[in-house]
Amino acid sequence: MQFPTFKPVADHALLIEFGTQVDDALNRRVVALDKTISQAKIIGVVELVPALVNLLIVFDPVKTTHKDLETAVRDLFPLKEAEEADAKVHRVPICYDTELCPDLAVVAKTVGLSIEAVIAEHAASELRVSMYGFAPGFAYLSGIPKTIQVPRKPSATRGIPTGQVMIAGPQCLVTTVVMPTGWSIIGRTALKVIQDDPDNPFLFNVGDTVAFDRVRRQDLPAEMQMP
Amino acid sequence: MNTARFRVIFAGPLVSFQDSGRVGHLRFGVSASGPMDRFSHAAANLMVGNTATNTGIEVSLGGVVLECVSGETTIALAGGSFSLNCADQASEGWVAQTVHQGDKLAIRAGAWGSWAYLAFAGRLLVDEWLGASATHSMSGFGGGALTTGLEFEVSDAEARETRIGDYACPKIASPLHDVRVVVGPQDQHFEPQSVDIFCTQSFQITDAFDRMGVRLDGPTLVLKNALSIPSEPIVRGSVQVSGDGIPTVLLADHQTTGGYPKIATIISGDVDRMAQLRAGEAIRFRALSAQKAVESAREYQSLKNDALAQFSTPRATLAEKLQNLNLIDGVVSAETT
Repeated sequence: MQFPTFKPVADHALLIEFGTQVDDALNRRVVALDKTISQAKIIGVVELVPALVNLLIVFDPVKTTHKDLETAVRDLFPLKEAEEADAKVHRVPICYDTELCPDLAVVAKTVGLSIEAVIAEHAASELRVSMYGFAPGFAYLSGIPKTIQVPRKPSATRGIPTGQVMIAGPQCLVTTVVMPTGWSIIGRTALKVIQDDPDNPFLFNVGDTVAFDRVRRQDLPAEMQMP
Repeated sequence: MNTARFRVIFAGPLVSFQDSGRVGHLRFGVSASGPMDRFSHAAANLMVGNTATNTGIEVSLGGVVLECVSGETTIALAGGSFSLNCADQASEGWVAQTVHQGDKLAIRAGAWGSWAYLAFAGRLLVDEWLGASATHSMSGFGGGALTTGLEFEVSDAEARETRIGDYACPKIASPLHDVRVVVGPQDQHFEPQSVDIFCTQSFQITDAFDRMGVRLDGPTLVLKNALSIPSEPIVRGSVQVSGDGIPTVLLADHQTTGGYPKIATIISGDVDRMAQLRAGEAIRFRALSAQKAVESAREYQSLKNDALAQFSTPRATLAEKLQNLNLIDGVVSAETT
């Protein structure tokens, strides 16, 4: 198959795909295309949704068509690689208390490392914001080292509160709403991805980098110190 | 400014405040939310003389009972065929009337439809998130769900006499059993006969039906491989199929991405009419080319504008109606004397 592919989605969207396997290089192309299209001011474009290996363009079918949009987007190739200079580095304070994060012991056992070694690997990782998805403010951070990767749990745990740092496969995320999840909770943070700032309601942009600063349990806000 | 105040006496599940939706934040994981039936929501607002995008109440099959604790305002009910009992007057279907202090209004599901909209002349004062009051059911962000005992206010409340009366539900707001889709974008993950089955055979709406989506019952759709695909963007109307071959149509509060393949996507003019079906009702999918889908979207847009224009036109006031009667009477009596 010749990538990128262009696929119609109902009457009002177009999916542009760069490949089928999750890969940082493909995601960089998605970010580059996202930026290029948003600067190109193509008629009829309503919003852009970058994901891991593809980008969705939502459009107004009264103003344009899948075909016209595809032509306009193809004219933008070859893409300039995204300038990483625009990407911000966010430092996330994280507490790895085993009492607050019972999955730490399970992850350690699964990957055959000590709990301290799992923590050290995670704390040293530099992750990339690959996309937002699923629920409001759920930023998928990719780049969890292979040594501590674990699969999703077979069944979801309900009612996981906000501020939990979870991992599954190569990905990590910080919960922003109470929800069920099958990911493993290995840390807790007071940082909020959904901000109170109306001009900048979401902390991360796709393409940004996230790194961790280890904090003690007593450094967390009082309401987060309880298991 | 006049204010009307209401108290919730009873609210069924999934009764929430909704404006026209929070469009533009899909890239941050935020679906637009807003009404399950966007046309009827707009119609209810226009019936009371509001702008179409104002906040109203979305009423589920569970119904709602409110009491006007102070003030007065004109209200309108549109969407599906729900009954309105207000101040001991009963009506069914699309209607506008004025409610006064002490009046109780009860809205219950009637002959058809899953969602109805209650609009209030004026402005409902509720919480907003990202500039919209639309309630995202999973997080509760936005105006929120209605619960027993909750009180809310309508500012600029006004009895608007030129708005009251019965209104007809237009054809483009009726429930739809034959729903048009564009196949894909992940149809390559299905056995070819599964795509044929999907586009020719009948499915059924199940009661696993909320603002996030509705699961369908019917022939099993066979995925080519059980391998998970990278999480991809979802839109309202996406039909995703889980590993066990069961399709789910994603609706107003849909998750923004998902790793299950999407066999087809319902076109925007049909998805809200489909959402008015009830559990047990049949649904069939008919494939359109992308080009035809765009043509149908343009056609729908013009039908919608024409239909909404009917709701925004004020009617004669009672005084004018009487005067018209007198004039006619005058003509008649002039002829007979």
